[in-house]
Amino acid sequence: MNLLFIIMAPLFGALLPLFLKRTPRTIQTLVTLAIPLAAIIVLLQYAPLTLAGEVPKQFVEWLPALGLNFALRLDGLSLLFVSLILGIGVLIIGYAHYYLSTEDDEGRFYACLLLFMASMLGIVMADNILLMWAFWELTSISSFLLIGYWFHSSDARRGARMALATTGAGGLALLAGLLIIGNIAGSYEFSAVLAAADTIKNHPYYPAALILLLLGAFTKSAQFPFQFWLPHAMAAPTPVSAYLHSATMVKAGIFLLARFHPVMGGTELWLTIVTIVGLITMLVGAYFALLKNDLKGLLAFSTVSHLGLICMLLGIGSEGAVIAALFHIINHACFKAGLFMTAGIIDHESGTRDMRKLQGLMGLMPVTATLAMIVAASMAGIPPFNGFMSKELFLDQAVQQHLFGGLSWFVPILATVGAALSVAYSIRFIHDVFFNGEYKPLPKKPHDPPRMMSAPVALLAVFCIAIGLAPMTMVSGILDSASSAVLAQSVAVKLSLWHGFNLPLLMSFVAVVAGILIYAARDQLFTFNRQFDGQDAKHNFERIVQRVSDAASRLFDRLDTGSLQRYIAFVLISVIVVMLPSLVDISMLTGSKAQQPIDMVSMVGAMVLIIAAFATATMHRNRFVMLMMLSVVGLMVSLSFAHFSAPDLAMTQLVVEVVSIILMILALFFMPQKTARASSGHRVFRDIIIASFIGGIVATLNFAILTSPAETISDFFIANAKTGGGGTNVVNVILVDFRGFDTLGEITVLAIAAAGIHKLLNKLKPFMPSSDVDGRPWHRIKHPLMLTNVANLVLPMAMMVAVYIFLRGHNLPGGGFIAGLIAASAMILQYIANGVDWVKDRFNVNYQSLMSIGVMIAALTGVGSWLFSKPFLTSWFTYLKWPLVGKWEFATALLFDLGVFLTVIGATMMILSNFGKMTTRHRPTYEGN
Amino acid sequence: METLYSVTVGILTACSVFLILRGRSFPVVVGITMLSYAVNLFLFSTGRLTIDGAPILGTNDSYADPLPQALVLTAIVIGFAMTAYSIILAVRTRGEVGTDEVSDTDSDAEGKR
Repeated sequence: MNLLFIIMAPLFGALLPLFLKRTPRTIQTLVTLAIPLAAIIVLLQYAPLTLAGEVPKQFVEWLPALGLNFALRLDGLSLLFVSLILGIGVLIIGYAHYYLSTEDDEGRFYACLLLFMASMLGIVMADNILLMWAFWELTSISSFLLIGYWFHSSDARRGARMALATTGAGGLALLAGLLIIGNIAGSYEFSAVLAAADTIKNHPYYPAALILLLLGAFTKSAQFPFQFWLPHAMAAPTPVSAYLHSATMVKAGIFLLARFHPVMGGTELWLTIVTIVGLITMLVGAYFALLKNDLKGLLAFSTVSHLGLICMLLGIGSEGAVIAALFHIINHACFKAGLFMTAGIIDHESGTRDMRKLQGLMGLMPVTATLAMIVAASMAGIPPFNGFMSKELFLDQAVQQHLFGGLSWFVPILATVGAALSVAYSIRFIHDVFFNGEYKPLPKKPHDPPRMMSAPVALLAVFCIAIGLAPMTMVSGILDSASSAVLAQSVAVKLSLWHGFNLPLLMSFVAVVAGILIYAARDQLFTFNRQFDGQDAKHNFERIVQRVSDAASRLFDRLDTGSLQRYIAFVLISVIVVMLPSLVDISMLTGSKAQQPIDMVSMVGAMVLIIAAFATATMHRNRFVMLMMLSVVGLMVSLSFAHFSAPDLAMTQLVVEVVSIILMILALFFMPQKTARASSGHRVFRDIIIASFIGGIVATLNFAILTSPAETISDFFIANAKTGGGGTNVVNVILVDFRGFDTLGEITVLAIAAAGIHKLLNKLKPFMPSSDVDGRPWHRIKHPLMLTNVANLVLPMAMMVAVYIFLRGHNLPGGGFIAGLIAASAMILQYIANGVDWVKDRFNVNYQSLMSIGVMIAALTGVGSWLFSKPFLTSWFTYLKWPLVGKWEFATALLFDLGVFLTVIGATMMILSNFGKMTTRHRPTYEGN
Repeated sequence: METLYSVTVGILTACSVFLILRGRSFPVVVGITMLSYAVNLFLFSTGRLTIDGAPILGTNDSYADPLPQALVLTAIVIGFAMTAYSIILAVRTRGEVGTDEVSDTDSDAEGKR
């Protein structure tokens, strides 16, 4: 058992409820309950250590290269939060069992809830700030799923999206902040960050890091001006609100402030921003809480307000303030979870949460009413409940602080105003629902819920009282260690209900009286506020989202015009823009390698190549001529290879050239022979400019490469070709042996292309010309006699040549690729001369199978090396004495090359014969034939 | 010699780029094919230019760099596969759409969004 279990149990346990979908709901609930309970048992083993001042840790290496490790710690602050998360989690699971209706998918709910629980635990226990961030984002995602649980309701979807967008954006800011902090500290481990606190505070990037960090915290904890998402997240099922929006998720921001207080806190900037934001949030939240007619809306804004209070205390950051903040975190979790569950019970039993409809429920649900009054009194800060004590501490801090010099006096006054509003909305929650006249008929006749549904609320109410009456026994231990963690020094907390007559007590008293008065005068307040009704956060948010998405689609429309020419031009211009400056930077283009003299053959060849290239480009309107010019280019390229000592390349290029020109002529049959409309002169001019620049860049680069001395790894290949690969043709040995894996990949690509083409041709209805471009019908003789005879002669010879080229390939120019293409061209000639049907009658081979067999032979040859415990594609060769032939080498590489050979034939034939079939099957018949 | 070679490759590239920027599918495919020739020549030349040095053991004293040759050999075959695929795509488009224009600015730009 270790710390890891506490997180892993709910993380993997989240799968369990999904598996149990078909079992009765009670079993699902019990299994789900067992998971946090197991985690609590483990936690109990560590808690004494933490309370004694130790910090249990756990370290699992994850991605050390990124500084990201699965490092966990359980200091006082973590313990406080882990207890809240697990404890309230257990209550929520039990409560949800009664809350969800039978139509709701309980398994999905529990899975999301446990996932959320795991991510919250991860945040508070992470000892690595990147790990913490990962869990932070996971809470955003899982809370999105939970808020949108009733995905059929558009409110739920919108609320979930708003929460995700806001907290997600904050999460990105947080990541940036954490990266800066980690960079300054030199490590992402929290202990290292803690040790580097002074360096970080004095670093010039400190303000940026702090603001990014605070953005993360404020969005998560719904602090002003990001408070707008929380009320809309109330579209979630009430157990979710009770869990996420009272005890856990919104407290994550607070946790972040507390966690980083020893690292980032105490500076002027921290003090100013955090305190003021907290104060504003507290007042804004409290004011809006009073105005809401929806029970959960009221609670949501009151949560915003209380979070503001905690935030302000953490901003002040003195010992007393931190203790007050942590104490209030516990108290708020108790009374707010209780209140949310009460609101859920009322909604569940009566069918509405609208305080304008609810009244006089006291007589109908006395148990619920009593419990509600206890937790609400705690929220209002009425003695002897726990809320009173933390509010006293808060008011005390408000009095003691001297943050704003001569203006510091306004802080206690505003604090009292906040407290008064808090009293007012607490009264409203109780009075409007349970009293305020006689019961009026509601959608359902309300009554007290099953005992087990109100049990969690009762338990929380008991806590409210117990903490209030015996604070030292209940919470001083955990507060000691938690405050020590936040303040980075050891602290001994002293709490008592009664502090004697002092200023905070007077302020409390004023607040209660003022609260009652405000509540009494609430109608005027509502009337006053009605003039601002048009301002709804949701609409503003939607409008902003809409505007951003409009701008994005406008930009997209401008970029995505559907014009391939524009896209290509854009890419090419980018190339020019990126390349030109770096080329300008090069001082010397010419390397140290001396140029070779130009011989006559090269000169003529280059001239022909250049002229043919220009002709291809300029004659593109007459497509047949263009194609012929292209074939000249291809031929000259082949000759260049031959000239520069690459016989294999020359042969390959030559046959590929033949095959591709045939293919293009076939394609031309289905295409317009001429380009009808010419581009505008403007466009042609632009294209020439782009083309010249690109050509110039390529020529420059090529020149720079050619004139610099070569450093190559090929000496190894040359030295080992004969001894290791058993062949003297180094290029072929590289292909089938040294780099055989590349070749295997390559023939696979060829096969995939052929298969893709096969699919493209499927059910193709090509455009069929009935005559040639000048309107003449096709010739009646389909298969000229001369061609037929020559083709029949050529076929056996070509096959023989192919076999010869194939066999000698390992030692002399040749090999599977070239042989395959030669065989394929001879076959194609048969098709051209005699037609598809004629060939099919005599030579009925399924090219797909041929191709697949080829790839398989090549792959199996590779696998074969495993039988001899050698790595994939290790080749082996020996010399055999063959009858008639004499001594002849046999290598497994030859088998591999056979695979290549078959694949090339299969793929080429598959492409061409399939395509060729198109021309003959639909061949227009000559009139009168 | 090196200057001549690089100028030739540059011109070949420029001509192909010009063709790729045309508005009809057939010249674009031809341009792609020719560009693959230019690229192959370029890659091949990273082994520097050697005359009479075919990398067949026992035939010469010094050999041309065999590695770029092996790479270019596969590149030629892959280039063929690509040419074949794009030309069939062009034919298919002509059959389905009825035009061989590569941009859809005229026909359905309004209907798109």
